[in-house]
Amino acid sequence: MALKDNLHNLKEKFKGTKMSPVFGAFHTFLYMPNDTTQSGSHIRGADDLKRTMNMVIIALIPLLFFGMFNAGYQHHIATGEVEMVSSGFFSAEFWSLSNFWIGFWKILPLIIVSYVVGLGIEIFFAAKNGHEVEEGYLVTGILVPLIVPIDIPLWMLAVAVIFGVVIGKEVFGGTGMNILNPALLIRAFLFFAYPTWMSGDKVWVTGAVERTKEIADGAQLDAISGETILGALAQGQEVVYSTWDMFYGFIPGSVGETSTLLILLGALFLIFSKIGSWRIMLSSVVGALVMGFIFNQVIALGWIGESSKFYDLMNIEFWEHLLLGGFAFGAIYMATDPVTASQTNKGKWIYGFLIGFISILIRVFNPAYPEGVMLAILLMNVFAPTIDHYVVQGNVKRRQKRLKVKTV
Amino acid sequence: MGLLSKKDAKLITDPLADNNPITIQVLGICSALAITAELEASIVMSIAVLFVLSVGNVVISLLRNIIPSKIRIIVQLIVVATLVIIVDLVLKAFAYELSKTLSVFVGLIITNCIIMGRFEAFALANAPGKAFLDGIGNSLGYAVILIIVGFFRELLGSGTLLGIQVLGDPIEKTGVYAFGYENNGFMLLAPMALVTVGIIIWVQRSRNTALVEDH
Repeated sequence: MALKDNLHNLKEKFKGTKMSPVFGAFHTFLYMPNDTTQSGSHIRGADDLKRTMNMVIIALIPLLFFGMFNAGYQHHIATGEVEMVSSGFFSAEFWSLSNFWIGFWKILPLIIVSYVVGLGIEIFFAAKNGHEVEEGYLVTGILVPLIVPIDIPLWMLAVAVIFGVVIGKEVFGGTGMNILNPALLIRAFLFFAYPTWMSGDKVWVTGAVERTKEIADGAQLDAISGETILGALAQGQEVVYSTWDMFYGFIPGSVGETSTLLILLGALFLIFSKIGSWRIMLSSVVGALVMGFIFNQVIALGWIGESSKFYDLMNIEFWEHLLLGGFAFGAIYMATDPVTASQTNKGKWIYGFLIGFISILIRVFNPAYPEGVMLAILLMNVFAPTIDHYVVQGNVKRRQKRLKVKTV
Repeated sequence: MGLLSKKDAKLITDPLADNNPITIQVLGICSALAITAELEASIVMSIAVLFVLSVGNVVISLLRNIIPSKIRIIVQLIVVATLVIIVDLVLKAFAYELSKTLSVFVGLIITNCIIMGRFEAFALANAPGKAFLDGIGNSLGYAVILIIVGFFRELLGSGTLLGIQVLGDPIEKTGVYAFGYENNGFMLLAPMALVTVGIIIWVQRSRNTALVEDH
């Protein structure tokens, strides 16, 4: 308890000064607040905003560790030190410490930069406007390293975080007021600002960019090339990974989004702890399946021939779309962000369905943006309030009608 | 300011800051977003608007007592259209490359809200001399924002200013590029122009809180 008391004393000491939000934030991050509301009637719940955020972080930690192993694994495959495995999820080639340390030292700086810059801005605005530091960045800060390519330069990440937090959130009034998901906004900023670091075959496997430089300088080495499956399909190349590899996540991609298996476990955790909305998760999966199924039928009916540049992406089994790219990650962790999603239950179905539907649409029809889920979620973020509006209005109308029938 | 009376000087200085057509009245946004990817285009666009607005204001002001108010919009359009065509032809004759960059947006000066706005709000009710000053002031206010936005978008987006590589060569990796810096391609797209204008509006209103609108 000593730490708690000390923190509380510090908080009291700095009360009213510019620094008070900082101590307040640390205090409430670690402990329950000392003072509670005294007047009015309240429903007491065990979870507050902070607890909610922490649950999401817990659900993300397995992905983070998997991403560290996968980073080293992909690097070792590319350099030829490890053979590609097909012996199930617990293969020793994947879960080796040397894999882990490579990923650890690459991903740790991303996490540090994300949190230091993001929380720095939060604290700055809190001190400036004299309110408490809000918890909103806790989840964003861990999401950001998980959805970027592993070799992204740290200064780019810092610039993007500044943009995402200031323009995406603080401008609108801070946590809970933002229209767009800040983590996705940060990724979208990186994607449009520095496309050479966000797509192509050089950014997904750590070491590929340096290797390219060494070769350019005259070193006799094989180039490392690690195209994501979506990128390969968009260019009509052969896919070398098995479906199980895709499901387990032994494929190149952004840091934390490759393992559909672990995302599924995270989804179950979020559903059972009632943090994430199962309606949104389910409906976006359904939306993706429907769109994928339509494309499969278009192929089956022979409307599009093999010469079409959309053929390869349309031709993959409709359910395989769920395993590829960031779709699963986006649908489970991003679309369900309670601030930017639809609030009404009916609205959630529509919102989720359209996210899935549009993700696959963008994925197939725009090879320049193989990761459609990012853009689909951002688009639907914008429409979420409109969806809610019509759902609520529809409800009002229905009840008015009922009232009329009764009075007549 | 011996040359102008205090009131006249205000016609020029007011639109530069506290009554800026872009950041306060939020007019003429379309062109501010569309052509500010390069500083040069911003400057040329500013000069074109300066010409059209100041001359147009004088013409409308001279005609103000004989225009029937029912058809005044048509008359205003004809005046703008004439002036814009002059600008367009001059650009095509003397700066063909630039006129290609500006493309349709020179023609679209006709629909620039600032111009019609000033005709309606000022030139129709004031003497030619005042209308001229008002035209100069408002187009300078427009120019200031365009040039600020153009400066940042070209500097951060392409690493150049007026086509000169001020940050070093991105391909040879000289200057700041040697440290791993890279151009921000997003700055060249229209959304970042909107964000840049938004930041200017933010800075301006937080420095002078009297400008913040009530809701």
